Amino acid sequence: MDKQQPLLAIRGLTKRFGTVDVLKGVDLDLDRRDVVSIIGSSGSGKTTLLRCVNLLEEYQGGDIVLDGETIGYRSANGRRHRFGDRELSRQRSMTGMVFQSFNLFPHLTAAGNVMLGLRKVLRLPKAEARAVAETWLTRVGLAARADHYPSQLSGGQQQRVAIARALAMNPKLVLLDEVTSALDPELVQEVLNTVKSIADDGATLLIVTHEMRFARDVSSRVVFMEQGRIVEDGPPEQIFGAPKNQRLAAFLRNTRH
Amino acid sequence: MQVFLDQLWIARFALWDGFLLTVQIAAASILFGTLLGGIVGIQLSYAPWWLKLPFRLYVDIMRGTPVLVLILAAFYIPSVAGLSLGPTQAGILALSLFAGAHIGELLRGSLQAIPPGQAEAGRSIGLTFPQLLAYVLLPQAARSALPPWINTGVELIKGSSLLSMIGVGELLLKTQEIIGRNFMTIQFYVFAGILYLAINIVLDQLGKAVERRVGQH
Repeated sequence: MDKQQPLLAIRGLTKRFGTVDVLKGVDLDLDRRDVVSIIGSSGSGKTTLLRCVNLLEEYQGGDIVLDGETIGYRSANGRRHRFGDRELSRQRSMTGMVFQSFNLFPHLTAAGNVMLGLRKVLRLPKAEARAVAETWLTRVGLAARADHYPSQLSGGQQQRVAIARALAMNPKLVLLDEVTSALDPELVQEVLNTVKSIADDGATLLIVTHEMRFARDVSSRVVFMEQGRIVEDGPPEQIFGAPKNQRLAAFLRNTRH
Repeated sequence: MQVFLDQLWIARFALWDGFLLTVQIAAASILFGTLLGGIVGIQLSYAPWWLKLPFRLYVDIMRGTPVLVLILAAFYIPSVAGLSLGPTQAGILALSLFAGAHIGELLRGSLQAIPPGQAEAGRSIGLTFPQLLAYVLLPQAARSALPPWINTGVELIKGSSLLSMIGVGELLLKTQEIIGRNFMTIQFYVFAGILYLAINIVLDQLGKAVERRVGQH
């Protein structure tokens, strides 16, 4: 793989829900070990962008290239064809996703949640999958909770299991979609600390967040989205310290207290 | 009372055969009905509309038709088409089709009640659609579908008595034959009723036990 090529290259991405243009031509590059936070008001298209990268949404125009591979579609004779289930699943396994509402499988234990993809997608033998799951649960501070069901865990613990579930698959890129928005305030920090520590370990992260202080601390770059476009993209010092864009400046005034 | 007990003793083998056949018919019907209902429920939940249509039609026809009419249809229609089904086979066919529609519909309800985030989480770790169904969606749907599924089993035990109309020697027909010999109408109908009740109470308790086991989390 060419070292110069970005890990993730989004070019001219457009997405429509019915008659509403949600993404109006988004360009974004991520290199390996980049931690990029997307900020912006709700409805700006941040979450939709993440969901397109993980192929949970179809999109109408543009390309997403992950590690040299075009995601979701192949073009033939100038027409786009969405891949079939098998190919989409393989491509999805290259990215991990952590959701706002955790989405742990309620019928499986914490270890079971982490093991499912290891067993069925990566086809690891059971003992090996269990060992990987335990390593990751230890990593997020939940070794003692491996055999607990999601209903027996706090929100913060559930979200940390979800992070372990995503990371255990050894994805090239991890997408985090407002991972602390559904948490009680006192549980936010434990999850942010977990994200910070996986970022420090060199994971490539694309984060949608409303936690400005966190975005500033953890990110190598911050991207501001407004009405389906990226309007400013730069290091956190620039975005938070000297925003060029008027709307970004207004957005930051409104979110800072 | 002594007379009844004497008659019961005389009729014990006939009643036992009828009882056994009733249980066997219900068991076969719930087995085939569950297999069929599994397919139907999945199609109703996830198939494109043109594929969904025949399944929808099947479910609505089955659910809108009296079970007795289904049984008579299953008994007479195949013979017109040159297929010879015995009365027991025809009965199991009718009850399986009936159960398949009910189980399909209740599975659809259970699948659609699962929050969409579950499928998204399964997809995001790279599960294919069949894997998603097998390991994420169906286990969750099965849990909420279990009580009405047991209820379908109870319906099939009761519904199997209608097979007496096409000459299947299940519990009700055996009871009627016995009454035809000894004229102890009330006693033997009550006795048959108690047997039906006993099967269904056992089934109900079995369901509750399974529910407790899987429903802990």
